[in-house]
Amino acid sequence: MEMEMELGTSTGAGSGTDADLSPRGSGCSLRHFACEQNLLSRPDGSASFLQGDTSVLVGVYGPAEVKVSKEIFNKATLEVILKPKIGLPGVAEKSRERLIRTTCEAVVLGTLHPRTSITVVLQIVSDAGSLLACCLNAACLALVDAGVPLRALFCGVTCALDLDGGLVLDPTAKQEKEARAILTFALDSTEQKLLMSTTKGLYSVAEFQQCLAAAQHASLHIFRFYRDSLQRRYSKS
Amino acid sequence: MHCWIMAASPISSSGPRVARTMLGQVVLPGEELLLPDSAGPGTEGSAEQTLRLGAVVRPRTRVVCGPGLRRCGDRLLVTKCGRLRHKEPSGGGSGGGGVYWVDSQQKRYVPVKGDHVIGIVTAKSGDLFKVDVGGSEPASLSYLAFEGATKRNRPNVQVGDLIYGQFVVANKDMEPEMVCIDSNGRANGMGVIGQDGLLFKVTLGLIRKLLAPDCEIIQEIGKLYPLEIVFGMNGRIWVKARTIQQTLILANVLEACEHMTTEQRKQIFSRLSES
Repeated sequence: MEMEMELGTSTGAGSGTDADLSPRGSGCSLRHFACEQNLLSRPDGSASFLQGDTSVLVGVYGPAEVKVSKEIFNKATLEVILKPKIGLPGVAEKSRERLIRTTCEAVVLGTLHPRTSITVVLQIVSDAGSLLACCLNAACLALVDAGVPLRALFCGVTCALDLDGGLVLDPTAKQEKEARAILTFALDSTEQKLLMSTTKGLYSVAEFQQCLAAAQHASLHIFRFYRDSLQRRYSKS
Repeated sequence: MHCWIMAASPISSSGPRVARTMLGQVVLPGEELLLPDSAGPGTEGSAEQTLRLGAVVRPRTRVVCGPGLRRCGDRLLVTKCGRLRHKEPSGGGSGGGGVYWVDSQQKRYVPVKGDHVIGIVTAKSGDLFKVDVGGSEPASLSYLAFEGATKRNRPNVQVGDLIYGQFVVANKDMEPEMVCIDSNGRANGMGVIGQDGLLFKVTLGLIRKLLAPDCEIIQEIGKLYPLEIVFGMNGRIWVKARTIQQTLILANVLEACEHMTTEQRKQIFSRLSES
């Protein structure tokens, strides 16, 4: 039921393509990630995801009863609630909620459960950069845990471009602050296609493509981590 | 500048895989499965082909998609995470036929026609009862759907009672409907569950495990104490033993069974039978 694993992509052996990713110092690799599924008893599915010091806890309820005002007759109503660490949710949280919801809507097979609601509640535990990417990863694992039918898995990757054109994957809060532009992508697991992208700052088209390619490569590591952790979860029963 | 576009193949585990070789293994949403194609002559070079519907599939090799799988055009896709299972067709094991499904560990129940479930009566309205079964909406239960019930002779059902019944209507577009009689009009064990006892919830995977035809857990538990027990496919178990203490022990043991190995379970059972 519980699993905790660290998969250092920087030390991953056997893939043969890690050489360029290895030095975290040059900013071309992901931080360590860890996850735990089914850790809450009340929700239908739950997961916590850690990326470096960023941590998000997610609970998924569904397919459950839906309010008549929110009922959609031919598909499930997807609701995403993002709870900040302290205080009330503001504009930034609402905007992130929307981005997460559109991403989830792209992969959840809502037509299989019409007139129901699927609620995703995300609680930020600590924010140390790449928060949206971490939220997306946690939401995906919680949806899988809840057994919601999905078209594919998805993951989030954040890239930061610094002043001299260098690319940093999965930036920390400090790197985000120093960055010229921050780009976050959501990618699916079947073809690494783009599901959602949000950007902040100045960048050229070529740089965008470069970031996307880097994110697509990084996503393969994340999906491999998903596979390992889900396999571990199911090997216990 | 680093070259960022690298060969994706060494790490990505995507790409269709043969369903036969994946049996018992964990599959993830979005994966594509191949079924052995027994069409023969034309496809000697590639024995495995993507499942094709319609003309290409011979009528004899009938493949049924169970929970967690879906067909998209001519492909078989996984929608849930879990272990891939397969059952040979009852008519004899021919080529690639049979039922494939994904055994997942989920907690939320989705009504399925024919399932036996434990529900809680939440409302009485006219000649219908509303029964909470843990799905997305309450199921309806007619007062005539009990053994021996007539318009004159109403069954004694109160709000809050536990009902063991069967779904006769359950699909995604309609309100689920329950009955407490079989096709012969007999109760066959269904109806209002008696007083006392304890109701608790477990995962749907555990219920399926316990209801499997040759489940050792049930046989072992039967040797422990004399008991009455009802399993609902919606993840609810009702248990009643002679004393409250025994009932609680049984409930705790059943809940713990999910994450125990056979040896651990044997140990606990032997310790309990001694005391």
